Amino acid sequence: MSGKPRLTYLNGRGRMEPVRWLLAAAGVEFEEIFLETREQYEKLIKDGVLMFQQVPLVEIDGMKMVQTRAILSYIAGKHNLYGKDLKERALIDMYVEGITDLMQMILVFPFSPPEAKAKNIDSIKERATNRYFPVFEKVLKQHGQDFLVGNKFSWADVQLIEAILAVEEKIPAVLSGFPQLQAFKKRMSNMPTIKKFLQPGSPRKPPPDECYVETVLKVFKK
Amino acid sequence: MAGKPKLYYFDGRGKMESIRWLLAAAGVEFEEEFLETREQYEKLLQDGSLLFQQVPMVEIDGMKMVQTRAILNYIAAKYNLYGKDLKERALIDMYVGGTDDLMGFILIFPFLSAEDKEKQRAFIVEKATSRYFPAYEKVLKDHGQDFLVGKNFSWADVHLLEAILMVEEKKSDVLTGFPQLQAFKARISSIPTIKKFLQPGSQRKPVPDDKYVETVRRVLRAYDNMKAN
Repeated sequence: MSGKPRLTYLNGRGRMEPVRWLLAAAGVEFEEIFLETREQYEKLIKDGVLMFQQVPLVEIDGMKMVQTRAILSYIAGKHNLYGKDLKERALIDMYVEGITDLMQMILVFPFSPPEAKAKNIDSIKERATNRYFPVFEKVLKQHGQDFLVGNKFSWADVQLIEAILAVEEKIPAVLSGFPQLQAFKKRMSNMPTIKKFLQPGSPRKPPPDECYVETVLKVFKK
Repeated sequence: MAGKPKLYYFDGRGKMESIRWLLAAAGVEFEEEFLETREQYEKLLQDGSLLFQQVPMVEIDGMKMVQTRAILNYIAAKYNLYGKDLKERALIDMYVGGTDDLMGFILIFPFLSAEDKEKQRAFIVEKATSRYFPAYEKVLKDHGQDFLVGKNFSWADVHLLEAILMVEEKKSDVLTGFPQLQAFKARISSIPTIKKFLQPGSQRKPVPDDKYVETVRRVLRAYDNMKAN
């Protein structure tokens, strides 16, 4: 019994990946339990540990937390990655929510039918380059600081670097035309905790493959 | 110049309704500007008022805030409806996450075909009675207190009442079998600010109708092809 946070999810990115990123960025070690069978999931439900019968589940500080946003907000608050006051928190929340909307498109992508995939990549590219990346490019250009909010590393920076890398996996040249974001990406990738997370052998999960999709469908059998 | 928050959205519930509820519950007066034409929306875009080109947008304390959750978090914290510490906030966030998911199923309802509406109505009731209501019923039963978190009125209570009333609009007897929630509904509805919001003439918006759907589709040029869950 370690006192480390314990994550319960599938062995893949999904909705848990931002939690892995944030814990890693905060330098917090964690344990993971991977759902592989329907029976494991049904046992969790029967044991009453999933408030809304859903994962992610993170056991942390005596709580069995569900709801990804709640979990992330708690971790950010606990580890001083949530700004210094209400207004900085407001900015971080706005940025994180916008990035989450973009990441949602990537989240559902593996589950789209083969004939829709090309169109979905185009949609992701369109949203990233016309709606989301320009906002953060402008934020960074206007204040000229290293971090998005309050001249200090925060949850918003972690969420943005995660999103940049995820979109680049689909559209490799997506950052051309965004020099601030290119510099941001480099800076964030070199931060010690993030650099460590980006190395092989870290808890970071690979892009979802067919095996992951199959496991999701099998375990949750909707 | 009032200093009151100003809400930019359609004249209808949508994603802005939870914000209206929370401001009202906190006893905060607010102004509203209703989007009725594409031109209004394009002007907001051109003015750079919408960070991600979307509404809701709320002008509050010198900020043009977007992203419903960010706006709600800010209001909750500002008006002391967000618990007394990180752990209470965590509980509130979890509970609000659940009611948000439930209300999300209702959010798309007006945009569905007649046939899909019936399917969705059944889906909403099923999720409410088998997943969400039991969770909150248990919370209230286990601690026996008036409010969901920390013995104090919070955002979680406002959000749950809003969700209960919305589901009841789809099936009026849906709280049968949930005695704690019935008592909760009566208690929270009688809090003065909420009681006032529930009366005719308040800024609470009615159940969305075809006119609302038509306005949203016309102004945003979107949501023409929504499917049931």
